[in-house]
Amino acid sequence: MTYHRPIRPAIRNVSRRAFLAGVSAGSFVLSVGLPALAQEKKYAGAGMPNGLREDVKLFVAIAEDGTVTVVCHRSEMGQGVRTSLPMVVADELDADWARVKVAQAPGDEARYGNQDTDGSRSMRHHFMTFRRMGATARAMLIQAAATSWGVPAGEVEAVNHELVHQASSRRIGYGAIAKAAAALSVPASVKLKEPAQFRYIGKEGLPSIDGMDITTGRAGFGIDTRLDGMVYAVIARPPVYGGKVKSFDAAEAMKVKGVLKIVSIDSTPPPSEFGPLGGIAVVASNTWAAIKGREALKITWDDGPNGAYSSDSYKAAMEASVRKPGKVVRNQGDVDAAMAGAARRIEAEYFVPHLAQAPMEPPAAIVRAGDNDCEAWACTQAPQATKTRLAKFLGVPLEKVTVHVTMLGGGFGRKSKPDFIVEAGLLSKAMNGAPVKVTWTREDDLQNGYLHTVSMERLEAGLDASGKLVAWRHRSAFPSIASIFASNMKLPAAFELGMGLVNLPFDIPNIRAETPEAEAHTRIGWFRSVANIQHAFAIQSFVTEIAQALGKDPKDYLLKLIGPARKINPASIGDAWNHGEDPALYPIDTGRLRGVIEAVAKGANWGRTLPKGRGLGIAAHYSFVSYIAVVADVEADDKGTIRIPRIDIAIDCGPQINPERIRAQMEGGVIMGVSNAMLSEITFKDGRVVQSNFDGFEVARMDSAPREVHVHLVPATDYTMPLGGVGEPGVPPVGPALANAIAAATGKRIRQLPMRRQLAG
Amino acid sequence: MAFTIKLNGQDRSVDVEGDMPLLWVLRDVLGMTGTKYGCGAALCGACTVHIDGVAVRSCQTPVSDAEGRAVTTIEGLSRDGTHPVQVAWRELNVAQCGYCQVGQIMSAAALLADNPKPSDDDIDAAMSGNICRCGTYPRIRAAIHRVAAGGRR
Repeated sequence: MTYHRPIRPAIRNVSRRAFLAGVSAGSFVLSVGLPALAQEKKYAGAGMPNGLREDVKLFVAIAEDGTVTVVCHRSEMGQGVRTSLPMVVADELDADWARVKVAQAPGDEARYGNQDTDGSRSMRHHFMTFRRMGATARAMLIQAAATSWGVPAGEVEAVNHELVHQASSRRIGYGAIAKAAAALSVPASVKLKEPAQFRYIGKEGLPSIDGMDITTGRAGFGIDTRLDGMVYAVIARPPVYGGKVKSFDAAEAMKVKGVLKIVSIDSTPPPSEFGPLGGIAVVASNTWAAIKGREALKITWDDGPNGAYSSDSYKAAMEASVRKPGKVVRNQGDVDAAMAGAARRIEAEYFVPHLAQAPMEPPAAIVRAGDNDCEAWACTQAPQATKTRLAKFLGVPLEKVTVHVTMLGGGFGRKSKPDFIVEAGLLSKAMNGAPVKVTWTREDDLQNGYLHTVSMERLEAGLDASGKLVAWRHRSAFPSIASIFASNMKLPAAFELGMGLVNLPFDIPNIRAETPEAEAHTRIGWFRSVANIQHAFAIQSFVTEIAQALGKDPKDYLLKLIGPARKINPASIGDAWNHGEDPALYPIDTGRLRGVIEAVAKGANWGRTLPKGRGLGIAAHYSFVSYIAVVADVEADDKGTIRIPRIDIAIDCGPQINPERIRAQMEGGVIMGVSNAMLSEITFKDGRVVQSNFDGFEVARMDSAPREVHVHLVPATDYTMPLGGVGEPGVPPVGPALANAIAAATGKRIRQLPMRRQLAG
Repeated sequence: MAFTIKLNGQDRSVDVEGDMPLLWVLRDVLGMTGTKYGCGAALCGACTVHIDGVAVRSCQTPVSDAEGRAVTTIEGLSRDGTHPVQVAWRELNVAQCGYCQVGQIMSAAALLADNPKPSDDDIDAAMSGNICRCGTYPRIRAAIHRVAAGGRR
């Protein structure tokens, strides 16, 4: 269906990936609630599709040998959730960590509640439910032991995997009493530990639960699944989004030894949502034969309307569009009047190209499609969307679809889209139910993906005679992720606006944000930290540019713009989305933003005297309800070659569950930020992606990554504070901190990513 | 065609096309999935194995080139995950998603066998062929230094 010129009531509760659950192609409007039908707004996990489940008998099992198994219903992609969720249960349960195991839940939201692993919110949404389940299990064990001993439950303690009755010196292991405990009814309420009693939560030193499997090659990723009778496929997909096969000749491909069958897959017309791109599949007895068979295919493509998409001309068009007014998405004071009366105006435009998530495990999935059922093994961030799309495309009932969630070899948003799993399902059907593994080659991953958008940001500042910043205008043009769900979506969705554009927490009297239209010509998707990337790059570069123009210290000037410590209701500054969180619990706290800036400045020894060719840059950004600041330290040699000796990053994410993994996520966020800022870009010519592998699409390597990354964790004052995310928010401030550092080191201001292009020559 | 390789100390014969990369022989024919596909073009290092003790990219090594030679994969680096590099990797919680880490470990093991006390520049030179998209480079560097210093400190 098409959906032209929608009437736009306020978009309600567009949690970042709310589209995923049961929303069919083109029904983006589902998230637009008509006021008369609006229900009471739910927040956080409860506001997610299929909500939260809290059932100790479902999530926690204790075997007779004492092994505690915690079910992890989130996808593990390096963020450590398979360690961190069990940690929470083990703490409240007083379990011995050495006897705790994790079991991966299959995709089943009716049973487990929402399973979309995205938005940096697994711990934010599940900390309390997992604490309560751990405490409930402990209470049931205590009750069972007390009953068996004939003593009051209040006299029985749980101590490191044992129940102890001090008065009678009796003790019994968890395993020995587990069966009796399981027979008890679940208590309606339980007492949680005081944070001072935590033994795992917030503590260092726990090894990752998957460490041994990973270091021995036994960890099972999606691409590693093997089934009896399995065959292997690669697919030649239309090189242009919206294109399809005009004609093909498979005669040579069929001659390749090992090739079993050539299968034509229908192309899903744009907006293709999570539907397959279509094309010609080569099914073979091994991956190599399938790849060789694909090389031998002769295909003529019908490119369709996106065949003219070219990055050069698109950039020029975006430049023109941000120089004209766009849709006003935040308006505070009177920017036009303030600009007109300004003694001085400063303006700048910033460009961020398309980026590919490029997880090291490319999309890969195995599906066995039966007559009226199907079973998938897949590296998916979205098990429920996988189920619903398999049911739809294979024509089987939803309850007959089983989705096994494997380990993910990186996700970064790419694996929130199950198109590759649907492909495997269609091919299994074409192979009469034989299990089919579809592997995306790296070329496929870069050329047929769901890219981070391409963006142009124009910023204008008006200063009065005293140098005070009185007017701020930000125009942000980029094709929206909404464009994969509905036709003619040329404006950002609410969640994209709430990623650093409208929710600018600066103390400036006149602020306006506008969004000129931008049309998508390729599939746009979530990329770790999403629209925060371009918004933080522009805003935080601009702040230092203004500071430098005024001859002020960039850190002091950033603090001045943020203004005094205060709590801002996001809705009051145009952000109705607020990451799906209750604005009362999650205001924007400028005091915490100031705090991370001070912490990172201290850690990086901001303000120190530097030799020639060396420079520090600073940036801060609030995203995924966490506060982050970064200082980059760069060094330019005589030829202009840039090295990054050190990056410091400070985070205030509220209470910390697994500090070691928070630190790891910050380190990783910094390095992905370095890739985005310095190296990576996807460009188009004639509708086709130019880059094909890691030679053209460059990412940070050991020698181009910062030699040192220092993480500064700002401790939470108490565990009643809401949690912030850690998977994504490390990324956005890195790019501007680097641009600011390079400007400090070289005098050269770079406003277009990746910076390596501007540095060359 | 039949090819015999000495895989993790045992002779293994496979009947495949000679141009099939060792990577796919290991993964699809022999079912040894510890060695990973990442790029198919020797650009990312996920598929790193040792041939006669030297780190090579198995995605660009035709099985015919491995004929009669000693191939070591992650499954054969140690019997039980106790190679010093594997131990250091766990002690420092190097891995995030873990997918590239097999290749990283194989490259690091080859580096340390060749150069027991690598400098930071040596590490850059030996490890820059291995991409980690999660960004574990600082910990990989630290883990290599830890092994060079004799393990746990």
